[in-house]
Amino acid sequence: MPYKWDFNTVLQYWDLFAWGLWLTFAYTFGSIVVGVVIGMIICFGRLSPFRFISGLSRAYQEVFRCTPLLVQLMWFYYALPLLIGVTIENYVAAMLTLSLYAGSFYSEIFRGGILSIDKGQTEAAKAIAMSDRQVMWRIIIPQAFKRVLPSFINQSVIQFKNTSLISVISVGELAYMAAVVNGQTYRPLEAFTIVALLYFVVLFPMTQAADYVEHRMRVSD
Amino acid sequence: MDVSAISGEATMQAIDAEPILTVRGLQKSYNKLRVIKGVDLDLHRGEVLAIIGPSGSGKSTLIRCLNLLEVPTAGEIAYKGRRVENRFQSRGDNIGCGELRRHVGMVFQHFNLFPHKTVMQNICEGPIAVLKEPRAEVEARAMELLGKVGLLDKRDAYPNHLSGGQKQRVAIARALAMRPDVLLLDEVTSALDPELVGEVLQVIRLLAHDGMTMAIVTHEMAFAADVADRVAFIDGGVIAEVGTADTVIRSPASERLRAFLSRFNA
Repeated sequence: MPYKWDFNTVLQYWDLFAWGLWLTFAYTFGSIVVGVVIGMIICFGRLSPFRFISGLSRAYQEVFRCTPLLVQLMWFYYALPLLIGVTIENYVAAMLTLSLYAGSFYSEIFRGGILSIDKGQTEAAKAIAMSDRQVMWRIIIPQAFKRVLPSFINQSVIQFKNTSLISVISVGELAYMAAVVNGQTYRPLEAFTIVALLYFVVLFPMTQAADYVEHRMRVSD
Repeated sequence: MDVSAISGEATMQAIDAEPILTVRGLQKSYNKLRVIKGVDLDLHRGEVLAIIGPSGSGKSTLIRCLNLLEVPTAGEIAYKGRRVENRFQSRGDNIGCGELRRHVGMVFQHFNLFPHKTVMQNICEGPIAVLKEPRAEVEARAMELLGKVGLLDKRDAYPNHLSGGQKQRVAIARALAMRPDVLLLDEVTSALDPELVGEVLQVIRLLAHDGMTMAIVTHEMAFAADVADRVAFIDGGVIAEVGTADTVIRSPASERLRAFLSRFNA
């Protein structure tokens, strides 16, 4: 007997999906903003001529890039409190972990962008008497920004989907709500299909917009 | 080696007593590789010095030391009698590379125009961002320079839409916009298609005619003979011969230089 779809039952809980979607947006946006700040700091840390600073930045990058986000979330929520003797609220642990995770990837994307700019650009800028800071902010970073944009957006799309993992520490974002609705209705197929569609409907226009922006920024090429 | 001719040549036209740039005992090594092995050089106001020599002889390294894009391993460089120091800010009587580069401009083999800026923005970048001059004034000067290099119609173009010769002329205008005392030209026609070399050399001739002080690393022997007041032949990291274009290029003293030059006259 073929499966009988019943979206009506599930859609009665539309307010839960709406709330979950809103939280997913909030955590994504928040962790991207904080992640970019961390990413820039760590990127410059890696480019620093001081061994100690570049080494420390490298260590941070590797720890967060080489362990699963899921494990990091568990660690910050369940393990770290034991170590420091202070309870960490789930939303704090979620935001902290997501941002640190994003920062480790962003920093490497930024660093690659800066290093990809031809050495002649630095020389030409120095030759018109620019200071190192001017060279970086007026000449290198604007060019690196353009080059980095596709990977940056790609990583941010991943970040949006990664927020689904914070459901394991009971943050009520979209994936968590799907589980809740499933628990109420015993309709997993409909609940998770709706959630999948919601993710897609948000991200597909974003990747398209990214292509468009990237194309528009090619005027000088 | 004709070292005595390096400074203060009697045969030269009337020139200032004090050189703009003086180089003494300049050395540059990369790890164990010694590229410049002790060079003395004076550049006087209004003088055009051509630097010639085989590949790997240290020509480019030498000229890049003059604005501290390469930091010399030993020796001294002075700008108008002020010792050049390897730091950005000037300190006391000594001049830092920040101030030095305001007076000593450079044009590169591969143009190195800023691809994210239009021709106009490339030219105005230095005067506006570094010299903090008023935009209107800088743009007026930029237009004048664009006229001089024959690219007025390209003011709003991006570098990647220009030919090599056009790019290099913009790069020259960019350097001139800083109103430098000295212009360093590092093989500025070597990356160009043969048919585009002429237009760039023509601009440099114009500058020489206007009395611009220049040090020019070049493989264009006819051009060097024509435009340079003095020619220095670099070989193995030292100045092997130096003198007027007539003496160095038309009647070379050493066998090495003769052999080097013969390759261009073939």
